[in-house]
Amino acid sequence: MTPRRQRMVLVALVAAGVILSAGLALRAFQENLLYFFTPSQVMAGEAPDNRAYHLGGMVLPDSIQRDPGSLTVNFIVTDYAHSMPVSYSGVLPDLFGEDQGVVARGRPDANGLFVADEILAKHDENYMPPEIAEALAQAEQGETP
Amino acid sequence: MIPEFGHFALILALGLALIQASVPLLGAARQRTDWMVLARPMAVGQFVFVAAAFVVLAHAFYVDDFSVRYVALNSNTALPTAYKIAAVWGSHEGSLLLWILILAGWTLGVAAASRGLPEAFAARVLGVLGLVSVGMLLFTLLTSNPFDRIFPPPVDGNDLNPLLQDPGLVMHPPLLYMGYVGLSVPFAFSVAALMTGRLSSAWARWTRPWTVGAWMFLTVGIALGSWWAYYELGWGGWWFWDPVENASFMPWLAATALIHSLAVTERRGIFKSWTLLLAIAAFTLSLLGTFLVRSGILVSVHAFASDPARGLFILLLLSAISGGALLLYAVRARRFRDEGGFRAISRESFLLINNVLLIAATAVVLLGTLYPLFSDALGFGKPSVGPPYFNIAFLIPMLPLAALVGMGMHAYWQKMSASVLMRRLRVPAGIALVFGVSLPWLLFGGAGVMTMIGVIVGCWLVLSSLLDPITRAVRNRSAPRPLPRAQWGMILAHLGVGVFILGVTVVSSYSIETDAAAVPGDRREVGGYEFIFRGTRDVQGPNYQAVEGEFEVRRDGRLVTVLAPQKRIYRVQQSPMTETAIDAGWRRDLLVALGDPLGDGAWSLRVQYRPLIRFIWLGALIMAVGGLVALSDPRYRLERQRHAAPRQAPRTAEVG
Repeated sequence: MTPRRQRMVLVALVAAGVILSAGLALRAFQENLLYFFTPSQVMAGEAPDNRAYHLGGMVLPDSIQRDPGSLTVNFIVTDYAHSMPVSYSGVLPDLFGEDQGVVARGRPDANGLFVADEILAKHDENYMPPEIAEALAQAEQGETP
Repeated sequence: MIPEFGHFALILALGLALIQASVPLLGAARQRTDWMVLARPMAVGQFVFVAAAFVVLAHAFYVDDFSVRYVALNSNTALPTAYKIAAVWGSHEGSLLLWILILAGWTLGVAAASRGLPEAFAARVLGVLGLVSVGMLLFTLLTSNPFDRIFPPPVDGNDLNPLLQDPGLVMHPPLLYMGYVGLSVPFAFSVAALMTGRLSSAWARWTRPWTVGAWMFLTVGIALGSWWAYYELGWGGWWFWDPVENASFMPWLAATALIHSLAVTERRGIFKSWTLLLAIAAFTLSLLGTFLVRSGILVSVHAFASDPARGLFILLLLSAISGGALLLYAVRARRFRDEGGFRAISRESFLLINNVLLIAATAVVLLGTLYPLFSDALGFGKPSVGPPYFNIAFLIPMLPLAALVGMGMHAYWQKMSASVLMRRLRVPAGIALVFGVSLPWLLFGGAGVMTMIGVIVGCWLVLSSLLDPITRAVRNRSAPRPLPRAQWGMILAHLGVGVFILGVTVVSSYSIETDAAAVPGDRREVGGYEFIFRGTRDVQGPNYQAVEGEFEVRRDGRLVTVLAPQKRIYRVQQSPMTETAIDAGWRRDLLVALGDPLGDGAWSLRVQYRPLIRFIWLGALIMAVGGLVALSDPRYRLERQRHAAPRQAPRTAEVG
């Protein structure tokens, strides 16, 4: 083969590899997209049933319950229009607390209890995730999406 | 009065930057040497005034001058002095000032080291750096002045975010910025080459050390950030694919591609326009990182500013700087003709594939980082992209890359027969296969397919990197001269990649992480170690109070260590912080973190066993040392007579 044809073969191989990998990467991408929903949106049936998503809102005051000595904690996430019970088993982040913003990753079980496998809380005291601030503003205006 | 001097110094620096960005460029266009020579004194003056402003801000922190808003918001009289100084770059305004100081520093370096360059070329490079500086200084002065006052001044400051009160913070941002901002130098070299329309192999030789230097800082900066997140934030994770981490990782990937593409451009006079584009892309990704981090559109510990005006300003700056460079590229790129060809099996081919795969990896990260932002902006919902996407998609280009690096290092320029290459590499390849299959079983008692592949690739890279030095040591009579430093640099950098891959593979395959509830006296076995919870006590720190747990760690009944994790409350901001206790070692790290009190003396805990995690940062450190060794090669010292035509490339395995 001439050097030029050799290079062409090389380019064709590389291109085929790139297309194949792009396909695989995009599949992984789609499978790992997590959408964010507020309790109101979940009640309105916008959240998927068959895959995990992010549930965000505020932790309702006096709703945090745990059995003494157990890792499992139950609490209620609210956007002040609707609420949703959440269950999580594990160590909670530092800034988790009542009347604080929270984002839970997981999916609801058959009884409507949101079973979280990860809890994210915000990074500092003055901060509220924009999604939650927005959802709260919407809920206060009564224009539930 | 003193803070106003700082503000004034910044304005003067802007004035000098304006001259540096205009007069030398015009002089180069009109061949007026008296205009060109202005570039260097302006660069020096700019550095002096920016440094003065920086010192003034640091002084304000040191003397607790809370009439300066930025100091009041980010410091406190009880803050230890070292953190007062580190607090200078603990938030938006100060970190921007640090960015500018480092840009002025790199510019000063270019000014000092550019005596051997043609005067018009040096004037253009410094002029372009001046343009970047003008943009950043305007940004600071118009939207983020660190010297703004508040009246009346508060009695005491708001304190530094407790997360940032850590030795890691003191070094992480400066090193990262050295890398980010250092990429402005290859960018300026590229724009200058586009202006002149000429690009010799000498151009590539001038650009290479600057690129390697910036890359080296970026490597250490990212590794330090990862290490800091590991012990301070992350409950034991070392990389989270957080958008902010990605923002620093994308320029690193592009800079790595650039280093390799520059090697081809220097030695063989090809890939010229591609190299120019990569240099522009690398700095664009740096600016994009600055935009992502500083605009506040990301939810993160790094997102200090939530002021939309600032985000808009950086976006405009990004469009102006990168857009301008890309426009110039579009007009001029066709002028750069490649000089010569190469066969399918040659070092050029391997480096080409290296570039394709690195850019693919950059695209993977870019997609995962930017898609959520675009989706949100366009109203398609608010998604986030989970780490599993990055873990899978990133491996697709990187795994073949890692395997090919081991071959490419030994390929000759221009052409090489496949059988010669095979013959050279069959011994290390065979050993890597045997190690990869047997070691995980011997050391950890089992392995999945991906684990074995990871260990094989890691061992392969380590052995292939060491092949040349070992062969030479064994037959030392047949080695006529020692390996050049630049090649030692390459060997070390690739060795570092191998060590890194081994660390990542073992950590992700064999880590154990358990959450548990425990009362004093409880025992728990994790990874062959027994953790005994002895109880908790209260302790007082300089600006926090804490509950400290005591854990005995035993192996086969013998005491290994006592770990004391803390749950701190910082007094000023009343914010809680978990201090994970770590017993570090080459073979494994053991971590214990206190969660929450569960009542009746019980606590929630996270106990972790992480084998070989130190290899991850060690690998990065070896890569950086490789960069340093390559930089010390005498061939990068500038000599006036050497920028003639490209030399005939010798057909050796030297990447140079």
